[in-house]
Amino acid sequence: MSGDMLITLAMTLPLVIAAGIFLAGRIPDIREGVTLLGATSLFIVAVLIARQVSAGAPPELYLGEAAPGLEFAFKAEPLGAMFAVVASGLWIVNSLYSIGYMRGNRERNQTRFYMCFAIALCGAMGVALAGNLFTLFVFYEVLTLSTYPLVAHKGDENARRGARIYLMTLLGTSIGLLLIAVIWTASLAGSLDFVPGGLLAQAENVTPLVASILLLLFAFGVGKAALMPFHFWLPNAMVAPTPVSALLHAVAVVKAGVFTILKVGVYIFGIDLLVSTPSREFLLAVACFTIVVASLIAMTKDNLKARLAYSTVAQLAYVTCGVMLAVEEGILGSSLQIAAHAVGKITLFMCAGAIYVATGMTNISQMRGLGQRMPLVFIAFFVASLSIIGIPPLAGDWPKYELMQGAIASGYEYVPIILIVSSLLNIAYLLPIPILALMPLPHGEEPAPYKRAGGAPIFTVAAPCFTAMLCFVLFFTVGGLGDFLKPAWDDPARVELAEGGAP
Amino acid sequence: MIELINSIVPASIAAHAPALLVVVPLLAAPLAAFLPNGRLAWLLSIIVTGVSLMMAIILLAQVRSIEGGAVISYAMGGWAPPAGIEFRIDAVNSLVLLLVTAIGFLCSIFGLPSIEVEVRKAKQAMFFAAYLMCFMGLCGVAATGDAFNLFVFLEISSIATYVLVALGANRDRRALPAAANYLLVGTIGASFFVVGVGFLYAATGTLNMAELARMLPAVSDNTAVFAGYAFIFVGLGLKAAMFPLHQWLPNAYAYSPSFVTTFLAATATKVAIYALVRFLFTVFGLEFSFEGSTLIWILMPMGIAAMVACSFQAVFQTDVRRTLAYSSVAQVGYMLLGISLGTAAGVSAGLLHLVNHALIKGALFMAVAGMVLSYKGTSLNDFRGLGRTAPWTMTAFAIAGLSLIGVPLTAGFQSKFALVLALFESGWWWAAMIVVFTSVLAVMYMGRILEGVFFRAPLNPNKPRREAPALVLVPLWILALANLWVGVNAGFVVGLANDAAAALFVGGAR
Repeated sequence: MSGDMLITLAMTLPLVIAAGIFLAGRIPDIREGVTLLGATSLFIVAVLIARQVSAGAPPELYLGEAAPGLEFAFKAEPLGAMFAVVASGLWIVNSLYSIGYMRGNRERNQTRFYMCFAIALCGAMGVALAGNLFTLFVFYEVLTLSTYPLVAHKGDENARRGARIYLMTLLGTSIGLLLIAVIWTASLAGSLDFVPGGLLAQAENVTPLVASILLLLFAFGVGKAALMPFHFWLPNAMVAPTPVSALLHAVAVVKAGVFTILKVGVYIFGIDLLVSTPSREFLLAVACFTIVVASLIAMTKDNLKARLAYSTVAQLAYVTCGVMLAVEEGILGSSLQIAAHAVGKITLFMCAGAIYVATGMTNISQMRGLGQRMPLVFIAFFVASLSIIGIPPLAGDWPKYELMQGAIASGYEYVPIILIVSSLLNIAYLLPIPILALMPLPHGEEPAPYKRAGGAPIFTVAAPCFTAMLCFVLFFTVGGLGDFLKPAWDDPARVELAEGGAP
Repeated sequence: MIELINSIVPASIAAHAPALLVVVPLLAAPLAAFLPNGRLAWLLSIIVTGVSLMMAIILLAQVRSIEGGAVISYAMGGWAPPAGIEFRIDAVNSLVLLLVTAIGFLCSIFGLPSIEVEVRKAKQAMFFAAYLMCFMGLCGVAATGDAFNLFVFLEISSIATYVLVALGANRDRRALPAAANYLLVGTIGASFFVVGVGFLYAATGTLNMAELARMLPAVSDNTAVFAGYAFIFVGLGLKAAMFPLHQWLPNAYAYSPSFVTTFLAATATKVAIYALVRFLFTVFGLEFSFEGSTLIWILMPMGIAAMVACSFQAVFQTDVRRTLAYSSVAQVGYMLLGISLGTAAGVSAGLLHLVNHALIKGALFMAVAGMVLSYKGTSLNDFRGLGRTAPWTMTAFAIAGLSLIGVPLTAGFQSKFALVLALFESGWWWAAMIVVFTSVLAVMYMGRILEGVFFRAPLNPNKPRREAPALVLVPLWILALANLWVGVNAGFVVGLANDAAAALFVGGAR
């Protein structure tokens, strides 16, 4: 299939699915069939795009101008293709999971729920495949607005409040900081295209001061990257139903944020300009601060989803950290982290949801011994925790390895220490949950009973087990992934190749 | 498209289009007053505004038949200028005329259901007569090339507006003090303007705007010219609701009949801003307005003050119409800010926002009007839960609301993007920061309304609340879709605004 055809499909399929869900709204089985069928075809399209990218013929699509100078243009490149594959692939798993969760919980307004989900995936695809900063910004906002109803899904005062914080933070930072940065870039460079080697690197009159301010505007303007102090929307968004937290707040939304930072670092600034931008070091420190502080806050949370949310904040900062190192290993580590953390964190969230559907529990302190009843769920949780911590042979190991390499190569001695501390903190706040649940309770105490007859629906157990297995698979396929991603920052003009780069 | 229009229009109509645009509603207004009932007057006003709209399209096609824009000079009654009154259509006012007539036409369509509910039956025909007078006055202001004639049209539209606002008394008695207040302030504004024109006449001996532009540089150090400049600036500033001369606006918008609010919000202040731009750039000229005097340093701070102060005031209103009214004053601030840059990009951004804001506010007030039909209240609490009972009306409202905020893929985003880009190009990055800051305030005041509409349960579910009738929904959705269309493909509108800005700079350069 031709490249522009594929991109057209990737952008329109989610909308067609949304329309199909609306039409089939009265018959739940057909409605969910539409979702699953659509998600699968979207995944196939994303894989085909990735294949064309790796074959050296990246698909492109030019739609026209919104206004003079503002073009709707799509262009797949390795980073975006990877993000598209991850988001659409996990959407299939998550849709299966959603069916179990939403029906098991007897949630209302399920048609609206699935529709908004499909539109959110459209936003994520647009972010992934955008060919310039303007297109990326547009779909960034589509993603924000389409997920607002999902966060507010329950409709009670609590959900509305969380959703309001979610919307205000993300819209506020994107309009207040990111948009300024985009327009400033346009006026400096005269265009907004993603250029290998960096758009601003080619522009004249980009002084270190201007570059510094721009980088700050980008880094904090992308609220979805959850860099402190703009991280608080993420814990507040946990009022959403768990499938939303799983796919959107571990994969699509937050990864769209860090992906934007990655894109800006590689294609707008370029590694060379990034190195000579002074505010980069400040942002590196902010990212390290976020990693440690968010992990510490996570330890204090007894609510499982809140703990996972803060864990996500910390793990997202890895990506920002890797970009700000401004070396190839750092960028590679960041890219791998997008995929590895997505697989691990979605597992953790889906486990949390399965526990909630079966027992109605949200607090970690109540879950002791629960592994006796739900062994598969907690084993999946255990595996994903190990992956997040970064223990081989699990996917989460590689990004940490590459980031360490990058930190040493760029000469920031404190960064490896932060990464090690972070892993230790991960152990402290993640591992006790599955271990305490799987250990038998003393004195013949019984673990808490099921609230729902029959326990967790089968889909809500199978989905996390599947993604936990993906953590293994990703560990062994990461070499190919590294080769696939390499052209993104490997300017053919640059002769010297970093040693020990690809795993 | 342009060739097509130019080729199918008969030569006699094409030649007299500037006059027909104004004369048809002028003659139709007294006719409407004598019609036996409101329904006939409504039909007449649809036909008349439709004719004016066609004339505006013909004029636009004529202007755009030449690269860069032709200038059409029409001598009223055959009396050649400068002795006679001249109508002078160029890229700037052909755009404004199209806007006013298009909004006027759409408003006419939805007039009937709204007026039948809000105005007493005996007064409905008179109401449409006043509306046509107001419409005619605004068109005249935009079309004329004579300074005193502009004053006459301004007064015609204003006096008609006082009547229209006061007719809101049937729904809310507070419309009467609002109308009286507007009358007082509006008359002061008009007086200032005519005094200013008098000064210019004393200094140059002509009232024709093109002649004035030609003769003023020779007498530019004359104190009378400066005095005239100041009087005209303040007078038109009052009409345009320039901060801090905007106090009349929120009450007038909140208490007049919904129909009137919709029409005024989308046209009246826009035409006043056009007149201001016309005087600043064409009559006085770029050099005099932006270099020879310090007054321009008032325009920019006033624009910014309006953006900040009135956006804050909008956040704290409890009534939807008042929120939107304060937002209107803030949006006028954006336009003035763009114009005050004195660059082609800035003026183009200001004009683009002028057009887009008319689309936005027209749709918002029309949706509110649609809700007032079945449900009398307009407070924030009254709007709770309407998304469920009136999804079509409220979806259009939401589209326009997002456009007001400046969300991508809407018209509001285009004009804010253009404005911020123009500010950056002039090196005013701090003003750009204020623009985005006030956009965040817009998120707050629109977000409050939209959250109530879509995510809260209604306060008193038993009160009747229905979807607006088709006569409201059709023009409403035309405006809402126009917002999306401009958001996705602004090429046409941006082209018009760029040509208009270019024409202003050519006119100013002597």
